[in-house]
Amino acid sequence: MQTVLRTSLSESELASRTSFAPAARVVREERQERQVQTSGLPLSVRGLRKSFGDNEVLRGIDLHIPAGQFVAIVGRSGCGKSTLLRLIAGLEKIDAGSISFGDAKVQPEDVRVMFQEPRLLPWARVLANVEVGLGRDRSSGDAHARAEKALAEVGLTDKRDQWPSVLSGGQKQRVALARALVSRPRVLAFDEPLGALDALTRISMQRLLQRVWRDQGFTAILVTHDVAEAVALADRVLVIDEGRIAHDVTVNLARPRERGSAELAGLEGSILSHLLSADDRT
Amino acid sequence: MSLIDSVSLPRSFRLPRVDGLIQWIVPLAIIAIWQVASVTGFVPVRVLPAPSDVVLAGWKLLLSGELVRNIWVSFWRASIGFLIGGGIGFAFGLANGLSQLSAKLTDTTLQMVRNVPHLALIPLVILWFGIDESAKLFLVALGVFFPIYLNTLHGIRTVDPQLIEMGRIYGMTDSELFRRVIFPGALPSIFVGIRFALGIMWLTLIVAETIAASSGLGYMAMQAREFMLIDVVVLSILIYALLGKLADSASRVLERATLSWHPAFQKR
Repeated sequence: MQTVLRTSLSESELASRTSFAPAARVVREERQERQVQTSGLPLSVRGLRKSFGDNEVLRGIDLHIPAGQFVAIVGRSGCGKSTLLRLIAGLEKIDAGSISFGDAKVQPEDVRVMFQEPRLLPWARVLANVEVGLGRDRSSGDAHARAEKALAEVGLTDKRDQWPSVLSGGQKQRVALARALVSRPRVLAFDEPLGALDALTRISMQRLLQRVWRDQGFTAILVTHDVAEAVALADRVLVIDEGRIAHDVTVNLARPRERGSAELAGLEGSILSHLLSADDRT
Repeated sequence: MSLIDSVSLPRSFRLPRVDGLIQWIVPLAIIAIWQVASVTGFVPVRVLPAPSDVVLAGWKLLLSGELVRNIWVSFWRASIGFLIGGGIGFAFGLANGLSQLSAKLTDTTLQMVRNVPHLALIPLVILWFGIDESAKLFLVALGVFFPIYLNTLHGIRTVDPQLIEMGRIYGMTDSELFRRVIFPGALPSIFVGIRFALGIMWLTLIVAETIAASSGLGYMAMQAREFMLIDVVVLSILIYALLGKLADSASRVLERATLSWHPAFQKR
């Protein structure tokens, strides 16, 4: 039924799609169904604090992310959003408070990070770079097969034997995504992964991120400075200001979301005004 | 390349096979001019013998077995000295690059020793070791040590910290991190050290063999000087040039084989 509704829409009348309530409802129901069988982990953050020297970056963060949710974190530069992500990923030590992933016992392979830079090993072929993501399973017999499968998921099977230096920026970032996905993580943290890409590559990467998130059902945490990207991808947008969560906005829009639709623009506008009002205070 | 392109040569002249020979045009031309100058008496034979005389002298020494023996002795000294000095330099480079404690303990001392020209130690070395093999090996090893130490250290210290963080995130153990990230990252710099060291290796050996030796190419040249055999002197110098070129080519081949991922080695 959903496909029928989708194809019945004329592509030239994008604006009418947002007012087409039944389609939106159907897609949302489908998504909720998916969340029931998610492989993601829930995430609870309690009273989290972190400072570097005299600079208190995070001043008490309380947050609960249900399993399989796609959360975007936005904020001005220096607000502590990247620090929060690095703490969740275990890259920094916690000063006070706690971070827990539900009741499950978390393996290192369950939480993966993707950075703004692809951070590929220049001296390893593409496939070997993806195998790095397997962690302790690197030397297991099916390492090649698993890496190839992850590479296929990002559509780069034909580049498996290339050196990273011959790939474009977008392709490198896709390899980095395959490396993050290959261990089937249950939480995937993105630290502005699309920040260095050009506009068109960005859009196709956003689609790719959304697709793999839907296919694999991990809990996704995306740090970005691009509010439009946040509302286009996430279930929920957190605005961080001065080391605290200033706003928690739920994005109840159907997927796939149409870029430039009135609802997205409205949400984007209101989040931006939060950010800018914080700016005015200082 | 651009010069050759700009001259409109017939197509057949641009075959890659011919391109590889271009680098030999100048050395061959120099030898031809030299031969003509010697034969016509423009350059007196006592100053510089004709290339044909040098080849003849080489042939005689080859037949007597003296040439091969001396080349072998020099080659052996060079390689053993290089392996000892390079190995120690590499080990210190690794240790000081990976461990802060080790760097604090030894780096200052090594930097002080580095500023002493190693050839200035020749009188002392002769007093210590006499003129036997260990003197030459010691000097070569000492000369080779510093370029390899410094470049290994530099290579390891400049490995992209983001890659190291990535390796840790993906659960690499220390040895795995070294094997997969730190060592390959330092390799281009290590090769720079090796090429420098090869130059210093020959230089040191020539000096050491000329001053204090009873065999080897430098000794052969000094003996020939005593008997006014200028063709043998020139022969020794040419052989040094050839061996130097050979060592450099070998390191290039190795470099190209191990650094094929590097953009600088891809479009050749």
